[in-house]
Amino acid sequence: MASATVLAPNAASPATLPAGVNAAAPMPDVLPPVKARKGLAGFIRRNPTMAVGAFILGVMVFIAILAPFLGTVDPTALAPAKRTREPSAEFWFGSDMLGRDVYSRVMYGARVSLIVGFSVAALASLAGLAIGLISGYIRLADSIIMRIMDGLMSIPPILLAIALMALTRGSVRNVIIAITIAEVPRVSRLVRGVVLSLREQPYVEAAIAAGTRTPTIIIRHILPNTLAPLTVQATFICAAAMITESILSFIGAGTPPIIPSWGNIMAEGRALWQVKPYIVFFPAIFLSITVLSINLLGDGLRDALDPRMAKRL
Amino acid sequence: MFAYTVRRVLATIPVMAIVALFVFSLLYIAPGDPAAVIAGDQATPDDVERIRASLGLDRPFLVRFGEWVFRILQGDMGVSIFTNLPVTTMIQQRIEPTLSLMVLTVCLAVSVAIPLGVLAAWKQGTIIDRAVMGMAVLGFSVPVFVVGYVLAYIFALELDWLPVQGYTSMTEGFWPWLENLILPAIALGGVYIALIARITRATMLEVLSQDYIRTARAKGAGQRSILFLHALKNAAVPIVTVIGIGVALLIGGAVVTESVFAIPGLGRLTVDAILRRDYPVIQGVVLLFSFVYVLVNLAIDLLYTLFDPRIRY
Repeated sequence: MASATVLAPNAASPATLPAGVNAAAPMPDVLPPVKARKGLAGFIRRNPTMAVGAFILGVMVFIAILAPFLGTVDPTALAPAKRTREPSAEFWFGSDMLGRDVYSRVMYGARVSLIVGFSVAALASLAGLAIGLISGYIRLADSIIMRIMDGLMSIPPILLAIALMALTRGSVRNVIIAITIAEVPRVSRLVRGVVLSLREQPYVEAAIAAGTRTPTIIIRHILPNTLAPLTVQATFICAAAMITESILSFIGAGTPPIIPSWGNIMAEGRALWQVKPYIVFFPAIFLSITVLSINLLGDGLRDALDPRMAKRL
Repeated sequence: MFAYTVRRVLATIPVMAIVALFVFSLLYIAPGDPAAVIAGDQATPDDVERIRASLGLDRPFLVRFGEWVFRILQGDMGVSIFTNLPVTTMIQQRIEPTLSLMVLTVCLAVSVAIPLGVLAAWKQGTIIDRAVMGMAVLGFSVPVFVVGYVLAYIFALELDWLPVQGYTSMTEGFWPWLENLILPAIALGGVYIALIARITRATMLEVLSQDYIRTARAKGAGQRSILFLHALKNAAVPIVTVIGIGVALLIGGAVVTESVFAIPGLGRLTVDAILRRDYPVIQGVVLLFSFVYVLVNLAIDLLYTLFDPRIRY
């Protein structure tokens, strides 16, 4: 900025210039002042997809936490006399074949889906981060770990989760473990790739030359740079995990039928779906909207955190 | 080229070995006595003893694994616990519907997704581009069985254009075969189409910004020939790679789609096997699907030179 004033002095004092040298006319203000919006409004303006995704997800989290207070009744309460009622004032989303209130079941079902989605995203990221850091930094471990990951990756993830669930009793914890195992190979591949490119960076070489110990380099210099792509990946894992959970429950290999989850409600509505489609459609709509919101959030995060990827996809 | 092919084919052996080891050891990773796990909750102690003997649990793990692999290489995948039929026979009986569904889905998805992706790249930033990308996000977010139910409800129940459920073998005519598979193929193809369209758009955008495209424009080549002859050819490798990777989605999705549309294929077999804890069948199906997945991607790797003659090994 300082040099600009020197080169283009005020037109009112041309006398300071040597003879034969003409000063350029002062630049007009071509660029209108940018009104940088701050706070929440500015964030929403700059990242509309992320804002929409975060808002819908927030509503779903709200539903999951406050399920008992949203006009729901006991989601497992049977009412044999009031089976398969169409949606009405009493049963907002109708009632299922055992007379249970579908609205209440859908509201409580948000809990299972969100818990599974968030837990798998967190666990798979942590495990993938640890494995990726080790195999990206230790050559000997790399070849062994990556062979194992290649093998696991050639089993389609849903099939892997199904095979794992076939062995254990259906419970929310087991579903989380099974889906996590199915997702870890991809995360560790991603982290390893980032680590491999980072360790060639001059600043890492400088740290090595300065005598920094390897654990410090990994934690101080490598780890922070893997977090941005990992966060983006975690949102997509969360979305995929919720879909996988619903698929597992849907085919009868997921959460036990006593716990209302969106997949379970759909699985129970399956037998009647041709005559009472609403039992399947209400949980389906909630599941789809939730997964959509997480995907939007992930797309927004990717655009914000990784501009190069944003241009590509 | 020959040396590369040999190397690439040999590289799949360790991958398949790890898949086999994993599938075999699944039973032993699970907590508890494997014989009791297979026998299930209603088994008598005699049943457990019988299964323990048939598994040969008294011998070392690696010996059992070696024998198991040796038998599989000879085409013997064991005997179903539930039906007492050889697993290979059961797979043979169920393979036709699944194969039909998958091939049809791949054809449908490729013929829809690639033009959509090209269109989105060509009209980058316009409403068409946004619409295509919006549909792609939706495709990622709506679970396959939800799409299946919605399609079946609209086109089979309400409009009565297509059959609701079931499968007819191709030997009974082309149209009856196709009629039953149209809706399942569209449902199954949703995610796959989204995936291919997205990568097509991204790669095309990259290719279209290159100099030789400007040259083609300058020499007066038509828009269609630029897009499909000049650009698409050079975008082929990433697109074909994703088509191969996406087969994992198809395999996972087929398990669910076959349940929704009551197609008696390998997916149904998997679901039935899980509900009955028929472990040899689960092992066989997972192994087969993984093997197919590895082979498809191997074939694509080897075909790269066909799509891009500049690639030399």
